[in-house]
Amino acid sequence: MATRTEQAARTALAAAIGTEHLRDAGQADTVGGVQPRWVASVDGTEQTAAAMRVAAEHGLRVTARGAGSKIDWGGTVEAVDLVLDLSRASEICEHAAGDLVLRARAGTSLAEVQRVAAEAGQQLSIDQPFPEATVGGVIATGTTGPGRHLFGAVRDLLIGITVVRADGVVTTSGGKVVKNVAGYDLGKLYTGSYGTLGVITEAIFRLHPLAAEHRWVAVTLSDPGAAGEAVHTVRSSQAMPTAVETDRAEPDGPITVCAHLEGRPQATHRRARELAERLDATVGVSGEVLDAAPPWWGRYPFGNAWGTGLRLGAEPAAIGSLLAGVQQAADHRDLPLAVRGSAGLGVLHAGVPDSADPAAVADLVRELRAVTTEYGGHAVVLRAPEAVRATVDPWGPIAEGELTLMHRTKDQFDPEHRLSPGRFVGGI
Amino acid sequence: MVANGEQSSTLHALIRRFRDALAPDAVITDPQQLRTYECDGLANHRVVPAVVVLPEDAEQVRSVVRACAEYGIPFVARGSGTGLSGGALPHADGVLVVTSRMRRILEVDIANERAVVEPGVINLDVTRAATPYGYYFAPDPSSQQVCSVGGNVAENSGGAHCLKYGFTANHILAMEVVTPDGELVELGGRAPDAPGYDLLGAFIGSEGTLGVATRITVRLLRSPESVRTLLAGFPSTDEAGAAVSAIIADGVTPAAIEMMDALSIEAAEQAVHCGYPEGAGAVLVVELDGPAAEVDHTFAEVQRHCGEHGAFEVRVAADEAERALIWKGRKSAFAAVGRISRDYIVQDGVIPRTALPEVLARISALSAESGVRVANVFHAGDGNLHPLVLFDGDHPGAAERAEEVSGAILDLCLEHGGSITGEHGVGADKVRYMGRMFTSDDLDTMQRVRCSFDPENRCNPGKVFPTPRLCGEAPGPRRGVHPLTEAGLADQF
Repeated sequence: MATRTEQAARTALAAAIGTEHLRDAGQADTVGGVQPRWVASVDGTEQTAAAMRVAAEHGLRVTARGAGSKIDWGGTVEAVDLVLDLSRASEICEHAAGDLVLRARAGTSLAEVQRVAAEAGQQLSIDQPFPEATVGGVIATGTTGPGRHLFGAVRDLLIGITVVRADGVVTTSGGKVVKNVAGYDLGKLYTGSYGTLGVITEAIFRLHPLAAEHRWVAVTLSDPGAAGEAVHTVRSSQAMPTAVETDRAEPDGPITVCAHLEGRPQATHRRARELAERLDATVGVSGEVLDAAPPWWGRYPFGNAWGTGLRLGAEPAAIGSLLAGVQQAADHRDLPLAVRGSAGLGVLHAGVPDSADPAAVADLVRELRAVTTEYGGHAVVLRAPEAVRATVDPWGPIAEGELTLMHRTKDQFDPEHRLSPGRFVGGI
Repeated sequence: MVANGEQSSTLHALIRRFRDALAPDAVITDPQQLRTYECDGLANHRVVPAVVVLPEDAEQVRSVVRACAEYGIPFVARGSGTGLSGGALPHADGVLVVTSRMRRILEVDIANERAVVEPGVINLDVTRAATPYGYYFAPDPSSQQVCSVGGNVAENSGGAHCLKYGFTANHILAMEVVTPDGELVELGGRAPDAPGYDLLGAFIGSEGTLGVATRITVRLLRSPESVRTLLAGFPSTDEAGAAVSAIIADGVTPAAIEMMDALSIEAAEQAVHCGYPEGAGAVLVVELDGPAAEVDHTFAEVQRHCGEHGAFEVRVAADEAERALIWKGRKSAFAAVGRISRDYIVQDGVIPRTALPEVLARISALSAESGVRVANVFHAGDGNLHPLVLFDGDHPGAAERAEEVSGAILDLCLEHGGSITGEHGVGADKVRYMGRMFTSDDLDTMQRVRCSFDPENRCNPGKVFPTPRLCGEAPGPRRGVHPLTEAGLADQF
């Protein structure tokens, strides 16, 4: 009986997408430690819809996967029957260079998007620490890098999206023009939803021109307060920085604040010199003008397969206090914590190696939550070893009224809770 | 449906509730006074609301919305009423919630580059409050001297400078909203990336169908070190369009790049004497901003591109007064058309910018075939067209012909992969075109968001969507056993 039903679901999946695209899941296919049953490899919207219709009919719980670089991020899924592997859905469908717009299937790597855009002197202004990351995964997790300071986050650059709903229905929102207010902008809702509202199969992005010249202006300081002052100096200048990042490899170590400027030849260098002098005037340390980004630039202080990775948010003016709070929290527990991120926006990433005591890490998260809350922010555990995941809610508290609306939204899009159940906030 | 008598007694009870909660003069029921709210900026749609309320704070908005929820009465929020799609068109049996008494700027927080405002605050007043500190609020719809930030949020307003700086959605950090069931909810937060669904992003641009914003945290931008503006006259829109393409292809992102054709230049000239180049078949207004070193360099390139593509006159604004004069012609274009035509429709379509020459040729052919004059004003950098379709309402059939041409222009936009609205919104006016741009599945999916906020469809009903989705009881999570388990597959799943 059991076997017959299971067999029926498998047979239906094979019929929908082709036997050669369906296999039993292996050890490498786990989703945050949870073992799925099958992996279906799909090449785009049509096959995704076909697979999702079968999943709906047979009540299968589905997690979509691109390159899998962030498959362990978020809360632990309750269960996964089917991993929908979109890595075959890799194609730049359209690059309208004159319109600075690019349409790609969800499994396309960001590296490939950048390669194609660069041929026309353009870029998708979404920096990715994991170069293999795919369009779909980047949208689902809403991950960006330093350039967000000037160009905006994923949600600001996404102009159109195709999503297959939990019931297998194909839907789109937005379009291929940047300026467009027709209908609800569901792209924003899907961005950062961790695959819990539907399966992203295609996206249209706004591109920006690649600048001719780049400079980085860096200052290294020992005190969090001074680092906060340096960040403020850059932010409040008229230098129009592309990014304002900070890096501190050890809890008590030196803090580097580094601004990225880009633009026309010569002009950019001149702006960088001016900014360096301005920093000298405000924090008493002259900025060093670099013609290449420092090696840590745009990377997480944790890996896609190691470490506890946190995202810390605070209001931007509190960045110095946040750095100080992070230092204190790590020192209390003698944890080797590294912190890095978009200081100009009030977003930092923190990393603790796997060797750290899980109980101490969980305790650290609680303290960081208290610190960030004080500055209007939050501390989210992006990824962590199982021992840490087991003891902390990765998302932290969310105000009741807003959470109610989130639950209602989930219930509308995925009434049976079959899309990565448990992975998102509040058990969604 | 309720019987008339029952309806009016419900309304009376509701009005009593309003009078208890609001100031005596904040509940309007006098028919003459109600009539002043019968339309927004789109005057050809008119509906007199049953009652108008003028709440002074979030708590009052909440009590109004709560009462509406209790009595099952629809409501519509309205800011300054400058919208051009009938988004704030009242409901005949409903309540119009006007935010014009909620005009406090609650906080200007320069250290965090933001301001907290009430929804009725005028767009330009945000910039005025930030200017002393060297900051400004980027969204700048042409109506910025009168339109409200709450209205900007509802419509996700753009403006001439959104080519470089984006729309309202890119400049709102957090909001307090009253949901249709009368709850006060915070969306977004003081820090970026608040965990959870981006409900803030979904709310902005939902045209007042998801609730009423009562407190809005806006992002302030550092004023640019340098702003340079030029006006270039071209023989025709073809040359002007080619110049735009050359500028963009050169990797320049101007703060704004606007085009007007001969007819709209003529209208602006008559209305505001902006002194645009004589004999121009098209003018471009190009503005660059940023660090002086960058702007100087790029500005020279823009001038060169204009020259190389047939500009017969390029005028550079020497000071703020000259800059204002250049912009005056452009910003007054809609109103100015009233000088050359008694009636006109302001259209708002979008095309991929590269399709501009073809679409303009087709619009011109449409105009010639139908005998309906069309003046073109547009945000050339992002392909947002504002064709002004002229007609004389006294001539029988003229309005219908104009409407036909206007609709055909939208079809042209869609044919070229564009949109039926770039910044004015769908509102009441373009509901009928939504089905041409989206499938019924797309619209159904969007309305799932609506169902999660407003399952009873009482919040600005009849806008955006041609057919309301029945929300029903959300099926909710499956509480019981998994079907495969139930069918005997046991615990593998």
